[in-house]
Amino acid sequence: MLAADNLALMRGGREVVTGLSAALKPGTITAIVGPNGAGKSSLLLGLAGLLAPASGSVTLDGEILARLHPRVRAQSIGYLPQAPDIAWDVAVEALVALGRLPWRDRGTAAIEAALVALDLEPLRHRPVSQLSGGERARVLLARVLAGEPRWILADEPLAALDLAHQLSLIAHLKACARPENGAAQGVVVVLHDLGLAMNHADRVLVMKDGHLIADGPPNIALAPQVIAQGWGVRARWLGDPGAQALIVGEEPEQADGG
Amino acid sequence: MNRASLIFAVLLAVLVPLSLLAGRVWIAPADFGPGNTLLILAELRLPRAVLAITIGAGLGAAGAAMQGYLRNPLADPGLFGIAPMAALGAVASFWFSAAIPPAWAPWSLPLMALAGAGLGMALLALIAGRTSSDAAGGAGGGIALFTLAGLMLASLAGALTALAITLAPNPFALSEIVMWLNGALTDRSWREVAIAAPLTAAGIAVLALAARSLDALTLGEEAARSMGIEPRRLLALLVVGIGLTVGAGVAVAGIIGFVGLVVPHLVRPFTNRLPSSLILPSALAGACLVLAADSVVRVLPLVTELRLGIALSLIGAPFFGWLLLRMRQGRL
Repeated sequence: MLAADNLALMRGGREVVTGLSAALKPGTITAIVGPNGAGKSSLLLGLAGLLAPASGSVTLDGEILARLHPRVRAQSIGYLPQAPDIAWDVAVEALVALGRLPWRDRGTAAIEAALVALDLEPLRHRPVSQLSGGERARVLLARVLAGEPRWILADEPLAALDLAHQLSLIAHLKACARPENGAAQGVVVVLHDLGLAMNHADRVLVMKDGHLIADGPPNIALAPQVIAQGWGVRARWLGDPGAQALIVGEEPEQADGG
Repeated sequence: MNRASLIFAVLLAVLVPLSLLAGRVWIAPADFGPGNTLLILAELRLPRAVLAITIGAGLGAAGAAMQGYLRNPLADPGLFGIAPMAALGAVASFWFSAAIPPAWAPWSLPLMALAGAGLGMALLALIAGRTSSDAAGGAGGGIALFTLAGLMLASLAGALTALAITLAPNPFALSEIVMWLNGALTDRSWREVAIAAPLTAAGIAVLALAARSLDALTLGEEAARSMGIEPRRLLALLVVGIGLTVGAGVAVAGIIGFVGLVVPHLVRPFTNRLPSSLILPSALAGACLVLAADSVVRVLPLVTELRLGIALSLIGAPFFGWLLLRMRQGRL
């Protein structure tokens, strides 16, 4: 269980998350959504233990995250930053191997497993500068998986990907949360695209101005009235469950809600 | 030991005997025997070679660590401002030379230079404490802010050095200061080796401790912290490691530029390009470069010996330009 309790976070002298409480369970995909500047990335940093609480707390299985040794925390929580630039033109395998840093071991088996899980074996010797956007996203996720964390926290991992690559990366994240064998990991992703959250998340946290304005299964947390409150636009969902699309437009109030 | 270390260790093993034989007086291997030859070898060339290896190794390792820390292939250990601070300390020793008892005179310059380097490290540590706690609070800055602080320190030390030079007590002191600032290894003895070698070895060991943390920075500061790297500890290791290697080098040889910048680039193609794989081979390659350059300036047929610092800058500056061009083409 990764839980925020009355959490407040400060960044650059400004309170960006205010009095937020949420308890996340492993084996589920939780999406954090909200308009720009809502505090999504800050919340993710807070949950990862990378931004110390100004007040309140984040706990991992009952232990205060801020009191854990950084390396112990790193063994449990993997964090995938948004589109990081890779400073050195290393080979895929060496980059994935960085994921073992919290363990200070070679971790050959875990690195192999991560390469296999993300279909990267044919690319293992390729320099990262020669990867496509989709391959790069998979390599960065494989780096996190190589650390065998119990939690995977990813900041907009799908943002720069085309449709097919978005779906394939989501499939990989789902495999982490609901593996065929082995322990289920907890997956928390910041998403920009509400359709992806609606169709693929088990639970959605909707943020606005540092507060939670909705928290629940996607069809409830992303109801049109929540979208109106959060983003200030009228919208409705079309399509079948699991394949819904958001229609946004200035329609009259009574046409809302479908 | 990786492939790059092996390559440069072999190269160094070839260069050392060559360098011992080269100089104003060439020594043929057959001439080994008692008398002047042995004296030249043991008291002039051997300490000079050991010193070149020490300084080159320190600068090479410091450069590799610095480029890893700043995630930038154009970074130089000079960016921390430690070398200019050491030079300032050394220049100050010229000023106080009259006040220093004669018994201490040979030690005053290196010790003052080390004191300058130490002062620089202390100032950096103060600034670092601020920036890393800001970063943990999400205020940003972090490494970038810290680098700017290092640049500030470097330009302040440079200005004070220039001031000390313009206000030099007499023309003789002036020319001595200017000559000394252009680093050289002429007429060095085992005394300088005794000062520089232990400090440099300690510095390289400290930088080696930071190696894996530098690897983590490949994906940025936040990713590194998420992998359990403590920014404050990493910065402390780096300031101490670079302070020891660069400070010791300046204390015995003056300012020798560009080695720290150039050497990691020579080494990188032989490694997996992560900072941890660069530190030891860069130390070996730096030793090769300085030893070779010092042997060349020794045999050049000039009226006075070309200063090593000048020679390396003459090679280094065009190389830097070439790096910039390559970067523009996106091949770095």
